[in-house]
Amino acid sequence: MSEHIVSPKLYLLIFLTLMVLTGTTVYAATVDLNQYYAGLNVIVALVIASCKAILVILFFMHAYYSPKRTQLIIIAGFFWLAIMLSLTLGDYGSRSWDVH
Amino acid sequence: MHRTGELSGQFQTLEQQKESATLGMWIFLSTEILFFGGMFLTYTINRHSYPEIFANASRSLDLRLGGFNTVVLIGSSLTMAMSVWAAQVGKKKLITTFLILTLVLGCVFLGVKAIEYHAKYVEHHIPGASFDINYCINNPAPCGLSGMDLEKETKEVEDSKKHEGGSQALNAHAQLYFSLYFAMTGLHALHMIIGAGLLVWLIKQSIAGRFTPQYNTPVENVGLYWHFVDIVWIYLFPLLYLIDRH
Repeated sequence: MSEHIVSPKLYLLIFLTLMVLTGTTVYAATVDLNQYYAGLNVIVALVIASCKAILVILFFMHAYYSPKRTQLIIIAGFFWLAIMLSLTLGDYGSRSWDVH
Repeated sequence: MHRTGELSGQFQTLEQQKESATLGMWIFLSTEILFFGGMFLTYTINRHSYPEIFANASRSLDLRLGGFNTVVLIGSSLTMAMSVWAAQVGKKKLITTFLILTLVLGCVFLGVKAIEYHAKYVEHHIPGASFDINYCINNPAPCGLSGMDLEKETKEVEDSKKHEGGSQALNAHAQLYFSLYFAMTGLHALHMIIGAGLLVWLIKQSIAGRFTPQYNTPVENVGLYWHFVDIVWIYLFPLLYLIDRH
């Protein structure tokens, strides 16, 4: 098999990184970042969550070691999500009347 | 047949066979991204409409339990990845050990969720006829509120009532948060229960010695499913528990 066997050491390193990121996101929630830039708290939270997700996808789910066609399907899934989010939020965002 | 790792007629090599199984799981996960994505979209629109209410309601969740569950679930992803590794290097007993550990951690997660749901029930935060955002102010003891926290909570609810234009409107809009909370964590929990079932299925097979370095596709693919469920929680945790903790 040409499959690449990921070492337990790397798994452990990724796990510890995820723990650090979890702690960071909890800490960031206790700080008022919105005073510096509107919505900064949620942006930071989503960036940290996305970093965690990317680490899980690349290494726990072996995407880093997967063939290109698999990587394409992974990207496609998020691309479709992006279409749904951008078009729907674009609809709501471009309403000049009360959105709720 | 492919279930024992032999080459099925439509594939040219074992590697191709294994890769198509994994690709199939990824395609399924793509549909799951959209499935959960729809609810994240709804959450986004509603939170944007009622930011204060979402922030207040988020604070009623126990952050320690949520944080603990996050650690438990990411830990279970580690043990799941380790069981795949054990299969790849032919350590048959370890496969079972790590699968059982993953299952145990998953059950711990579900147990804590049950405790959290019960707390929501006690605090009258379950959407429906009994929903009452004022309950915890009027009955601080069962909600575990006292002193400074109680004062802060009372002020926040009173402010929100003024902002919303009355108790009824506040209750209606607060239920948006809690409906999303139960729908999203409920769907997530359902996926975990299904994952637990899949793990039991894997454990039975691994005890029977089915998985080898040549054939461990079911472990790999259930692993992909499990990691996906973990990723959903990685987004749920900050969006539900960490809206405004300052």
